Amino acid sequence: MATSTTNGTAKGAQRWKEMSKPEVGDWRVKGGLAQMLKGGVIMDVVTPDQAKIAEDAGAVSVMALERVPSDIRRDGGVARMSDPDLISGIIDAVSIPVMAKARIGHFVEAQVLEALGVDYCDESEVLTPADDEFHIDKWQFKMPYVCGARNIGEALRRIGEGAAMIRTKGEAGTGDVVHAVTHARQILADIRAIQNAPTEELMSLARDYQAPYELVVEVARTGKLPVVNFAAGGIATPADAALLMQIGVEGVFVGSGIFKSDNPAKMAAAIVKATTHYNDPDMLAEISRGLGDAMSGIEANKIPQEQQLQTRGW
Amino acid sequence: MPDQTRIGVLALQGDFAEHIHMLELLGVPAIEVRKVEQLEEIDGLIIPGGESTTIVKLLHMFEFVDALRARVESGMALWGTCAGMIVIARELADPYPTPLDLIDINVARNYFGRQVDSFEAELYITGIEGDPMRAVFIRAPIVQSTGDSVETLAVVPAKEDGTPEQAVAVRKGRVLATSFHPELTEDTRLHALFVSLAEESRTDSTDRSPIRQTTEESPSTV
Repeated sequence: MATSTTNGTAKGAQRWKEMSKPEVGDWRVKGGLAQMLKGGVIMDVVTPDQAKIAEDAGAVSVMALERVPSDIRRDGGVARMSDPDLISGIIDAVSIPVMAKARIGHFVEAQVLEALGVDYCDESEVLTPADDEFHIDKWQFKMPYVCGARNIGEALRRIGEGAAMIRTKGEAGTGDVVHAVTHARQILADIRAIQNAPTEELMSLARDYQAPYELVVEVARTGKLPVVNFAAGGIATPADAALLMQIGVEGVFVGSGIFKSDNPAKMAAAIVKATTHYNDPDMLAEISRGLGDAMSGIEANKIPQEQQLQTRGW
Repeated sequence: MPDQTRIGVLALQGDFAEHIHMLELLGVPAIEVRKVEQLEEIDGLIIPGGESTTIVKLLHMFEFVDALRARVESGMALWGTCAGMIVIARELADPYPTPLDLIDINVARNYFGRQVDSFEAELYITGIEGDPMRAVFIRAPIVQSTGDSVETLAVVPAKEDGTPEQAVAVRKGRVLATSFHPELTEDTRLHALFVSLAEESRTDSTDRSPIRQTTEESPSTV
């Protein structure tokens, strides 16, 4: 390309070229923080006190919110970015990284989060989307992004837009893990399909998945997503976390599951331990004892399609 | 005594898989360490990048602390990268979490700022021949001061804005600590240096093992 351009997509394509060069820092630094979160649990919190409880239990990061997803679901109305005072209060309360959510497509909320010094932005379907068609051009930010995905196409589209971390879009606020499992399995199955395909089929796969071709080629080469892959949505017990880890994700988000349980501090520590020892049934049995009731929850498959959060975004 | 040096990577949380990959590139077998008994099976332990607060908590939760200290005192090689450096420091600039005091350094966490201030730099490191290493700093700590006989291996130079020179790689005996993440690059030179420290440790314990067997173990188990 002879002329330089500030067009986001062109910049994104250029960044993808540069990413393969070892000297480019921005991408590795962004994706690198997500690498540091691996094997860890990221917890939704709504107050600085809850953030401290999460940190003390061994959370690797907290998601600063005004309401946990189950309350957002209950209250209805428009769910937006959290109050900057709340986010700053949580940033000041803990030494672990702090994430916060922006509405899908709402790049100004994201600019505000970046200005607040948020370590990671979740462009999240849990909030009411601000744009029906377009996600945020995440290459324009120094702040890294995590985005939800239900399949490889959605994951690679978000990564193509600059996301440095992917998570499943299990039905938030339900305490029902079924869709997180479905999405994690779907993404891993899609990766296997790409990996097993002969190279001449990759362009057609990219078309079918509606995914950037270069990223499909990258997945075929490495056999994994180019960024860290976590589970989110409906995780409510240590066994849920270990289930997702055994299926093959690299860490978990727990939303309503902690502070809607009987004993949040205990549940939080137990889910952290289960995420480390996910492959050790004896340990998991020990960890799962005496936790009190998990959040009560709603069966995700009973929620009408038009009320599901996971179908927001594309 | 095994015929090859064995390295463990603490796998409680963090980017342990990347360290294991680097060691594979060097042809050195490595195990994921999740249980304290595994410390007996290795000549060197890497504490990876991750969240230092989380790793310290998990080390306590899973009762690693005393055993780890005993192994380091008996000569096992130890390397902390980024969060790992914080975990093994003597003291931190901020009060939380309490580090394990396995090397006499005072460390400031998140020295360069939050995630948006993370960066990469070229670094010359004592003991690493050839080109400088590409060092990835992610919410990185720095070494504010070192105790006697702790050797500084690399520094980030002073900046124009008045930020003074800062130590980012230090060593005392077989204990190594780095602020940055060589495991996120393809450069295996620091891992090779650490493997040589672990080899020393293995040779040492092999030299001692006949004495140990006759004095500490009953003849039936020899």
